[in-house]
Amino acid sequence: MSRFLDVTHAVAWRTIHNFTTNPAFFFPSIIFPLFFFTAFAGGLSNVGNVPGFDFPAGYTAFQFVFVLLQAAAFGGVFTGFGIASDFEKGFARRLLLGAPNRLGILAGYAVAAVTRALIVGALLFAVALLTGMRVTGDGVDLFGLIVLALLVNAAATLFAAGVAFRTRTIQAGPAMQMPVFIVLFLAPVFVPLDLVGGWVHTVAQVNPITAIVEGGRDLISGQSFPARVAFGLALALPIAFSFWAVRGLRRAEAAG
Amino acid sequence: MSTLGQIGQMARRSILQTLRQPAMVIPPVVFPLLLVAINAAGLDAATKIPGFPADSYWDFAIAVPFIQGSLFAAINAGTAMARDVETGFIKRLAMTPMQRMALLIGQLIGVMTVAFFSAIVYLVAGFAAGMDFKSGALGVPAIILLGVLVALGFAAIGAYIGLRSGSGEAVQGIFPLLFVFLFLSSVNLPRNLIEQDWFRTIATYNPVSYLVEGVRSLIITGWDWEALALGFGLATAIAAIAFGLAAGALRTRLIRT
Repeated sequence: MSRFLDVTHAVAWRTIHNFTTNPAFFFPSIIFPLFFFTAFAGGLSNVGNVPGFDFPAGYTAFQFVFVLLQAAAFGGVFTGFGIASDFEKGFARRLLLGAPNRLGILAGYAVAAVTRALIVGALLFAVALLTGMRVTGDGVDLFGLIVLALLVNAAATLFAAGVAFRTRTIQAGPAMQMPVFIVLFLAPVFVPLDLVGGWVHTVAQVNPITAIVEGGRDLISGQSFPARVAFGLALALPIAFSFWAVRGLRRAEAAG
Repeated sequence: MSTLGQIGQMARRSILQTLRQPAMVIPPVVFPLLLVAINAAGLDAATKIPGFPADSYWDFAIAVPFIQGSLFAAINAGTAMARDVETGFIKRLAMTPMQRMALLIGQLIGVMTVAFFSAIVYLVAGFAAGMDFKSGALGVPAIILLGVLVALGFAAIGAYIGLRSGSGEAVQGIFPLLFVFLFLSSVNLPRNLIEQDWFRTIATYNPVSYLVEGVRSLIITGWDWEALALGFGLATAIAAIAFGLAAGALRTRLIRT
């Protein structure tokens, strides 16, 4: 166990250090969510006046939840980019040789991704509150929202790690990014599910991210919601993708 | 070989380079269409906002791929130029009697060819999904022309950055910035319906708003001469300025010593 923790600690420390000290990694992670928040909450606020749009905390809070979950997911995807980059530079292969417990490598990257999501999420919260976002949920609700975001981050990290371990090249970036992007945008992004039209409404109804996004919105506005469904799905995703990631790690080991 | 022949050779090279790399063809066509298909359904409720200029959000939003595809054109042109710098192709070219401009014009013609076919795909997708095209049959060549002109402007910007930096990574780095310009415009709602004053102000000063509105006017309004004059005028101005900058950067790269 101590060997697992040692590897986890070392990989997490290195990844967090690289993220926080290299502006090329740090600033895009911060700027993108802020930009999406600005573009969606600022540019589309009139959508909150559409008949049938009834969200008590207002359009800014409505969009904030989506952007927070999106930032958490992309924190995981960017960690996948980092893993692929480590393979391209040869560092990951040396790491596989040197690590006494290789599962610790995956855990280390996952811890770094969670830390990254916490940093970005905290900044996003600060900016949203400073720009007048109304939060009508209580402290427990907000804690629940943060847990949802971290579970989404874990799911995206494990998915992207699975791809990175299998392909071991940064050229697989779109294979990590596009599925996450598409699944996120096939949830009710701009309006509640009832107001989403066409084929996206049909897809959104079966998209697990829909329940997570709507659960997050209910939490920030203090409304009652099917917590078991939202948290159950948010927990099931990282569990499912952990098998994908571990099998990917085994393939990377076998590839040498 | 005549200058036109040189341009033709360079354009052929650019087109073949593009066609041989699906990653340079598929994203500019598929990604904007996918995004507009999702947004059109997600934001269809916005048509209920009083004063919204179209009955269907699809009709309103199908203009966006024309501009978004142009952003990919910028990246493709910039990356191709940067690769020519990185691989030493431009230095070898400097030792030949080839006209400098043949390389730049040829490269841009290649990108515009992709933009031309992308515009046709966007139109076909638009009509297939029931687009109500208000400007009629003559509007089709007009919208393709404007789409290609916009692509030329952005491609010239990409070429300038590729030539100045000589780095593919630097070109990729401007992609988010171009996306900022796209999203901080009237791309999702008409400017008069943007509620936040600060956002409306940014969208009003953002030239991308007028490019989108020029394309959009042909679809949802008909022949709106003011929107078209602004769209064509700004696209021409961006293309002229960016081409001048790119030509200057190429001159610097090709200094014969």
